[in-house]
Amino acid sequence: MRNSGRFLMLMVLVALVLALTGCGGQAATGPKVVKVLAMQQAGPTPEEMNAIVAEFNQKNPNIKVEIEYVSYDALHDKIVTAMATTPPSYDVILVDDIWYAEFAKAGYLWDVTDKIDAQTKEKVFAAAWDITTVNGRIYGMPWLLDAKYFYYNEKILKEAGFDHPPATWEELVEQARVIKEKGLVEYPIAWSWAQAEAAICDFVALLYGNGGRFVDEQGKPAFNDEKGVQVLEWMVKTIDEGISNPASVSYVEEDVRNVFSQGKAAFALNWLYMYDLAALNEQESQVVGQVKMSLVPVFESMAKQGLKSSTINGSMGFSVVDKSPNREAAWEYVKYLTSEDVQKRYAAHLLPIWSANYEGEALEALKALNPATPVTVPMFKEQFPYAHVRPKVPYYLEGSKALQLALQEALTKQKTAAQALNDAAAKWVELQSK
Amino acid sequence: MAQATLRPPKTYSLLQYEIREGILFLLPAMVLIFGITLFPILFTFVLSFTDTPLSNPSPQNFVGLSNYLAFLRSAQFWQAIWRTVYFTVVSVGVELLLGLGIALLIHARPPGWAFLRTSLIIPWAVPTIVNGALWRWIYNADYGALNGLLYSLGVIEKYRPWLTEPMQALNLVIVADIWHSVPFIALILQAALATLPLELDEAAAVDGANAWQRFWFIRLPLLRPAILVALVIRTVEAFRVFDIIYVITQGGPAFGTVTISYLTYLESFSYGHLGSGAALSFLITLFTLVMALAYIRLLYRPEVQG
Repeated sequence: MRNSGRFLMLMVLVALVLALTGCGGQAATGPKVVKVLAMQQAGPTPEEMNAIVAEFNQKNPNIKVEIEYVSYDALHDKIVTAMATTPPSYDVILVDDIWYAEFAKAGYLWDVTDKIDAQTKEKVFAAAWDITTVNGRIYGMPWLLDAKYFYYNEKILKEAGFDHPPATWEELVEQARVIKEKGLVEYPIAWSWAQAEAAICDFVALLYGNGGRFVDEQGKPAFNDEKGVQVLEWMVKTIDEGISNPASVSYVEEDVRNVFSQGKAAFALNWLYMYDLAALNEQESQVVGQVKMSLVPVFESMAKQGLKSSTINGSMGFSVVDKSPNREAAWEYVKYLTSEDVQKRYAAHLLPIWSANYEGEALEALKALNPATPVTVPMFKEQFPYAHVRPKVPYYLEGSKALQLALQEALTKQKTAAQALNDAAAKWVELQSK
Repeated sequence: MAQATLRPPKTYSLLQYEIREGILFLLPAMVLIFGITLFPILFTFVLSFTDTPLSNPSPQNFVGLSNYLAFLRSAQFWQAIWRTVYFTVVSVGVELLLGLGIALLIHARPPGWAFLRTSLIIPWAVPTIVNGALWRWIYNADYGALNGLLYSLGVIEKYRPWLTEPMQALNLVIVADIWHSVPFIALILQAALATLPLELDEAAAVDGANAWQRFWFIRLPLLRPAILVALVIRTVEAFRVFDIIYVITQGGPAFGTVTISYLTYLESFSYGHLGSGAALSFLITLFTLVMALAYIRLLYRPEVQG
């Protein structure tokens, strides 16, 4: 009994030791592993991203890139929790432009200002660098230059007797009323007004189209001035009238795409990725061949002043994690992913950041790249200059949540538009003063 | 008195030996429990008195009780508490009634009772995240099964966006939670019912008690310990509900489904205020502790069997 007792004790202790050491890290042998966190939503499809990874791994046998995908809404929180470990769980992360200020301040991102040569700097759109630059330092390569575009179903419009898309939101309401009366579509326009960043994107597009703005020069909230209140009241009215799909209050962009692709909406606002899937992809859409794009409308008061369009700038960049043990290898991958050659070949869902691609012969080559590009490339060139960014402040997420709440409170009739926006503005002021 | 006597070499008695072995066997488990449970609890407790950002999680910026006070003064906090209490009361209440009914049904051994008992496991076996995704699709405004069912039955004229009204969304999330959790209560109660002595029932029937009297005066009091167990577990779980809210509504619409756990998640991870999140966690703990103690006070009475 004694001997077996001792033996058993020994085994238990050994098991304990093994368990504890098993919790540690593994030895680094073989190729350097670079873990990438990307998004499965706008931009290239996962198949395309995996193909790029395979290409890179082949060309760089001493680096092994592994890539993971999450939805946009999960991306921020996943990054934040991943950064808390040592070493961080990812070496390369996809960062939305509204998070750059927050992440740079938190020290997550590697400052790569000195790694970008002057030639690269010149060849990429100036506006693209704005995305990844915080306080004059560059923290990543711009990757996805995106804005929300205005999509419409030409067939439905024709059936209602219209031969051109609306240039103002007021005109859109007119057209929508006719479409609804004729019984062509029950709710002519679908929006992404769920309690998520998507709602802020739509709101900003509308806001600047009414002559309003998010914050003033001192960074104080300006979205609750009379222009902003008008916009929110307009949003509520369109739902009341049955022109906007009431389920929009729970939609994000994928829901808008689904509804539009089923022919259950005549108009929709969405990122560029929807064009290819709704207009050309028979498996994903029932309205293939009926989808067209035009400039995002503005309100009449601004159209009279000469404003052609207003939309939201929703760009993203790829950054290397500052505490990553494989920074150089990670940077190699980021450079490859955003290189001219790769961007040219995968331009179906992702337009290049290299301005040279939009001139002359290169432009023609770009347009001829695949069935979508003849439409998307000129549309991007036309629309992007009108895209507005959101405030680059470290507390953006908390402030955005307050504004999301305000939009939802007004849309669910819990508060008036003015009340809701003023409460949100008070929260912004509070955050700013902290 | 102090005679120098030769003492035999010190040996352990069998009991002492077994105690020593027992402690050594427990050591691995104790280390794990301390590492996984106790240490994080203490760490969180310390954090709750600081203003620590998520990006640099080591405790800093001691602020005393101001995190706690800020929440106790915040309308959003109390709204979340109210919603959580509502969620818990309705969810657990309905689950208890349904669970008791199903347990009694199984206990009565109707034809097919074994199938009922086995298939009851399925909702409970579904992981909560999957349950959330499942119900999210059922409630979908455009293709949801709920819309389809009600429309084809003629109850509604056209599809409705169920999750766009705050109170309605909260109730629908409660339904999803009830579907998931009723089996748990049903099975606990059914197991307890099976242990009740038959003689009591039979004696009461002989004395002229009808089914309802037999249930209310005999079975229910004897089921009290089992009900207590089920209630405490489910209440604590329901009070901390998070993943099904995250999946179905993300706290919307208009914060209408933001429960206290979801608020903690927002504070800690979305806004990055680890100190505030820690304070909220402890406030939740306090509430659930009070509730559990209240239950035990109300329901636990040493039973005399037979």
